[in-house]
Amino acid sequence: MSIDNERRVISVIVMNESSVLARVTSLFAARGYNISSLTVAPIPNSEMSHITIETQGSSRVMEQITKQLHKLIPVYKVIEHEEMVEKEMVLVKFPIAENLSDISALCSAYNGGIVNVGTEMVIAMVADEPSRVKHFIEATERYNPIEVVRGGVVAIER
Amino acid sequence: MQMSGAQMVCEAIIAEGVKTVFGYPGGAIMHVYDEIYKQNGFEHILTRHEQAAVHAADGYARATGEVGVAMVTSGPGFTNAVTGLATAYMDSIPMVVISGQVPLSLIGTDGFQEIDAVGISRPCTKHNFLVRNLEELPRIIKEAFYLARSGRPGPVLVDVPKDITVDIGEFVYPTEVNIPTYKPTYKGNKRQIEKAAEAIKKSKKPLLYVGGGAVLSDAYILVRELAEKTQIPVVETLMARGVMGAGNPLLLGMLGMHGNYSSNMAMSETDLVISLGARFDDRVTGKLSEFAKYADVIHVDIDPANIAKLVDVDYPIVGDVKQVLEDLIPLLEDVNTDRYQAWREILKRYDELHPQSFVDSDTEIKPQWVIERIGELVGEQAIITSDVGQHQMWAAQHYPFDRPRQWINSGGLGTMGFGFPAAIGAKVAVPEKTVINITGDGSILMNMQELVTAAEYKTPVINIILNNQFLGMVRQWQSFFYEKRFSETDLTFQPNFKMLAEACGGIGYDVTTKEEFDAALKDAIEKDQVCFMNVAISRFENVLPMVPAGGALFNMMLPQKSEDDKGEK
Ligand SMILES: Cc1ncc(C[n+]2csc(CCOP(=O)(O)OP(=O)(O)O)c2C)c(N)n1
Repeated sequence: MSIDNERRVISVIVMNESSVLARVTSLFAARGYNISSLTVAPIPNSEMSHITIETQGSSRVMEQITKQLHKLIPVYKVIEHEEMVEKEMVLVKFPIAENLSDISALCSAYNGGIVNVGTEMVIAMVADEPSRVKHFIEATERYNPIEVVRGGVVAIER
Repeated sequence: MQMSGAQMVCEAIIAEGVKTVFGYPGGAIMHVYDEIYKQNGFEHILTRHEQAAVHAADGYARATGEVGVAMVTSGPGFTNAVTGLATAYMDSIPMVVISGQVPLSLIGTDGFQEIDAVGISRPCTKHNFLVRNLEELPRIIKEAFYLARSGRPGPVLVDVPKDITVDIGEFVYPTEVNIPTYKPTYKGNKRQIEKAAEAIKKSKKPLLYVGGGAVLSDAYILVRELAEKTQIPVVETLMARGVMGAGNPLLLGMLGMHGNYSSNMAMSETDLVISLGARFDDRVTGKLSEFAKYADVIHVDIDPANIAKLVDVDYPIVGDVKQVLEDLIPLLEDVNTDRYQAWREILKRYDELHPQSFVDSDTEIKPQWVIERIGELVGEQAIITSDVGQHQMWAAQHYPFDRPRQWINSGGLGTMGFGFPAAIGAKVAVPEKTVINITGDGSILMNMQELVTAAEYKTPVINIILNNQFLGMVRQWQSFFYEKRFSETDLTFQPNFKMLAEACGGIGYDVTTKEEFDAALKDAIEKDQVCFMNVAISRFENVLPMVPAGGALFNMMLPQKSEDDKGEK
């Protein structure tokens, strides 16, 4: 058995029908599996949606998760990502008094920029690998962020 | 053809070939009941509690292999049905439950008798539906029946809002089901089956471990054929009793917590477990790290999620037990049956050392005697249902089951109150058989109102109450593990069971001697009415052997080591 409690990203392709997301999430809850992040959106030109779940567990737990997901009637496909491109978006609100050019430079280092400027605050957006998003958030600490909203991971198999 | 949603529900049930529906009406389902009144395509049996309706549908399904159908109203009707759904879900029983729901416009308003049936039943159904418009109603019912009976069977809920039962539309019942996301695998992988056959030929101490899946897939003839052809010994789970047939010399018996010595030792010493539709329940495995420690494992199961869930599996085969055996058996033509001779002899020795036995008494009735006596008097003619507790284990250990679907009990959920309504369902399904519910004084009270149902519909179920004036199984654990602090398990305050049965239109018997027992059973069969047979049994009898929860299978408490309650043994 490989390393326990490894971080994993799974994509679940489901039929767009009522309460399908509830079926997926309650399966995790009922079996005591953890969800660290969850994103859902319809797949263009189809009757399916793509759910990306970031979770952790041993390989035995992961095997159960995928098998149990498969058992749900509206689940079409479960992809346990190995070779993937994953991205996460994050929005951060800063006080206008902070050094905007520093913030702007920081954002461009992480594939983003300032997306909104108001009278009291500015809003920056970054989309990058989840681990880099984490670093970005750490780096923003010194500019006194007022609010941070992460979007959750989306992934696609390479 | 134009018709109302309520009519469509009835027409769909008829189209599925259902002969009997068990149920209980109420506001949200009244339109459907109005149509039930008018139609004559199926019979409706009014139980006196929704839980009983679902258990009765369950008993019907277990006795026949067909889909059981129950109907309940919204809110409290549905919540009463939940234990029935969960019971069927845990034992993979094909069932469709149709529940009424408040009108669509009221959903989400906490309306009168509104409850989120789909939300509540999600963890205890194979699938569930909330019907959102009339057009999809026929397709949903078609899919519900298909899902219930295909793949790994299970209960499916269809929740129908009241306004949809009134709406009028065109009824076309689909002939085919197309669920692109649902494709159960029936046929096992050829290569894997070949490898499994090789492993069987190479092993020295193989063991067939047969579970409820063998019953569900109607594979018993093939299981017997496999055993005969290879001369491999067999152990059965609680759910598989009857698959091999009592008296078959290859059958060691039940295994697990209350399994017999030779079965549990066989599992502990085998070098190859051949699991057929068994799911390695913790009541079977005991301590996992000690379970079949020296064995490779062949695991045949229709549900991929069951495979390797708890133990490492060397030969996983996803498929229907019957179909896999059809492919496997021909590969074993040349198996050398002498190869397992030494192994069979070891196990025979174990059985002689610690047979499944009990010490009978002349002064009081032993529960095991009752079970064996029923076997002698009605044996194979009877269908036996049970409730949950010691009586269930004694029945599983001592009754001479000789075919599957003869033994009906709640294995996975362990639902007290299951036995009597399930027996009613079984009797309705197979009226020519004697149906006996073996129950306890605790369990029977959990659905005793069904006496009225059984009397009204003339379903002459014989309830044999093994009355120890205790919640016996809990009392047993208190004896062993809680220093005999019998907290809230003493049931010496009792109803008069005989009068209770009579008050509801049945017959009652009080039995205190073996002679009385024989006479009562004979009388009950002759009179052919629902009855309570209240049998006073020894109060402190324990179910042995026993593997304490979480212990290793080979560490069994054997009858000799029994406690000395009230000078017993
Ligand atoms: C609905 C329900 N409640 C509680 C239990 C826990 N339980 C398991 S066995 C048992 C005692 C059963 O007593 P009785 O029906 O008298 O049978 P006996 O064990 O005495 O044969 C209880 C309370 C259960 N299995 N089901």
